[in-house]
Amino acid sequence: MTALPLDRKSPSAAPAATPPARRKLVGLGLPIYVALALVFLLIPIVYTFVFSFNDSVKSNIAWRGFTFDKWLSVCNEPGLCEAFGNSILVGVVATVLATALGTAIAIALVRYRFRFRSSISLLLFLPMATPEVVLGAGLAAQFLALGTQKGIVTVILAHTMFCISFVVVTVKARVASLDPALEEAGRDLYGSAAQVFWRITFPLLLPGILAAALLSFALSFDDFIITNFNSGAVDTFPKFIYIAAARGIPAEANVIASAVFILAILIVVVAQVSRSARQKRLARLS
Amino acid sequence: MKTMSTFAEAGADLEFVDISKRFPGFTAIENLNLTIPAGSFFALLGPSGCGKTTTLRLVAGLEDPSEGRILIGGNDVTNTKSFQRPVNTVFQSYALFPHMTILENVAFGLRRRKIDDPLSKAHEALRLVELDHLAARRPAQLSGGQQQRVALARAIVNRPALLLLDEPLGALDLKLRRQMQLELKSIQTEIGLTFLHVTHDQEEAMTMADIVAVMNKGEIEQMGAPEQLYELPRTAFVANFLGQSNLFTGQVTESVADSITVAVAGRGIVVPRTRAQRHAGEVTIGVRPEKLLLHTEAPTDSAGINILGPGRVTDVSFSGVSTSYIVQMPGLGAVTVFAQNMVFGPVVNEGAEVWVSWTVDHGFGLEDEPTPGSRFPADASTSAIAIQRRAALETELEGA
Repeated sequence: MTALPLDRKSPSAAPAATPPARRKLVGLGLPIYVALALVFLLIPIVYTFVFSFNDSVKSNIAWRGFTFDKWLSVCNEPGLCEAFGNSILVGVVATVLATALGTAIAIALVRYRFRFRSSISLLLFLPMATPEVVLGAGLAAQFLALGTQKGIVTVILAHTMFCISFVVVTVKARVASLDPALEEAGRDLYGSAAQVFWRITFPLLLPGILAAALLSFALSFDDFIITNFNSGAVDTFPKFIYIAAARGIPAEANVIASAVFILAILIVVVAQVSRSARQKRLARLS
Repeated sequence: MKTMSTFAEAGADLEFVDISKRFPGFTAIENLNLTIPAGSFFALLGPSGCGKTTTLRLVAGLEDPSEGRILIGGNDVTNTKSFQRPVNTVFQSYALFPHMTILENVAFGLRRRKIDDPLSKAHEALRLVELDHLAARRPAQLSGGQQQRVALARAIVNRPALLLLDEPLGALDLKLRRQMQLELKSIQTEIGLTFLHVTHDQEEAMTMADIVAVMNKGEIEQMGAPEQLYELPRTAFVANFLGQSNLFTGQVTESVADSITVAVAGRGIVVPRTRAQRHAGEVTIGVRPEKLLLHTEAPTDSAGINILGPGRVTDVSFSGVSTSYIVQMPGLGAVTVFAQNMVFGPVVNEGAEVWVSWTVDHGFGLEDEPTPGSRFPADASTSAIAIQRRAALETELEGA
């Protein structure tokens, strides 16, 4: 042990020492377990990615040779890019609406005391607890009763509704951890209500609001059940795949799924790297 | 408002007129009338829950009074919003904006009021609290004492007519506290603003303030210069909250032109008439522990001296500068004596028979109705007395 070279570059980053005996015991089981779990989780993703390069005709089940064609001409598949565009549109609009409304509701619920406050909290929780089939069918019935034409607007409304619940829950936690004295200090230092909100409350809530927006977008983007009940003739990406599955999912769908996955991973990596860079900079300052 | 566009030239008077503040379920402040003169360092002293922080928040505009008016420099500000008042607060938690640098924190108020050249003024304020070299840092990278000074700089950079301090030293350790007390006091003298300081620390209030108001249950019990409050407390609450007191209850047996005599444990205790609030019936009188002298032999009776004893010393605790003795007086309970350590070690030991005496001029008579609670607890050590007194006060406060 004494002969081991010490890592002089990052002494502060040295992990807490584990007794050698224990490390050995863990050393046998844990990596195998982790590897199995990862394989289990990754197989469908790897499969999707690999088969996006399949030179398929109609059905994309059997491997027929490698090609880049599907990546280069993804929109050749009729209806696919349109459905993907609809998903993005619904996701963005529903996220913006749900995040704005949900943030306002979260602040109201934490900071103010008013009548029916606890009933509203409960009501907001319901969409998360209700099975999606029930929610979707219920909404469809309501739109029918109102005589609303089903289409992209009804999908956006439905998504906004269930996303609000998740935004409220996420942002509420952040508001609760925000010291009210900070906003009072802002008012005390000659900030009007709007200035205090945009210069103090909003920047401090931003991490929570961003997390809520990402969650909303992800939920909206891959929602199928509620969308299926309320979209009428409009296709979203998950709905397109569901319908396509009946006659064989085209490889172009794999292309889009893989692209979305890679993009998401990239965003996470960039965020992590920039965060650790900022922490290092802050650590140097102090 | 005219005061908003410019820096305040000097501090301004603060005036409360018939202020009441009720929250659902309890009354925080009842019919408060108070004037704080311009340029003074005013301390509002009281236990937690006495309404002192609410008073401060009313001035800052963070709460609205249920009744009454608040005037700053003669202008009625009762109905103006917090950001329209020429007042700044140093919050108990400092409330520095964590997402801004120290410099931007200090410049925040200047920017909101569109004052010219906010950054150089912010640097100037940071120099005043000797933290200009940390201007680029974030609040989280500063120590508690440094954060406290930034909070102070952030408030005084605006030159408010009135600076409100909400227990700003509560989170600091004793040494830093002392240092900050001196610093605050010298800054106040330097810039001549009116300071309103809220605290539950009687020593802090007495060291720093020109005027101290002792607050209890939403009302001001007594107000005056620190020495005056300490030497001549008017109520048992003030006598016990501001330092310690030995209190005795007895019947007035004699009342002459310049003094009254109260029967305490079979002896006549004389109190100057001007220092007693009540002159007949059953009254509570008191004397500060450091005014008492210990005697190992019965002192001879003489005019101008009050004597109690003999009693037995039950506790001796040495605290460096002084030694505190607890003397059990038969029929009277424990009496606390603080003696300067003029010689090495205690003068008497536990179990010794002693008498105590004090100059008549040092006694005071309280205005409270004597109640069983105001009598001295029969059996207690120094710390137990302090704890009991505090506990009694707290139950009293909770009952209110």
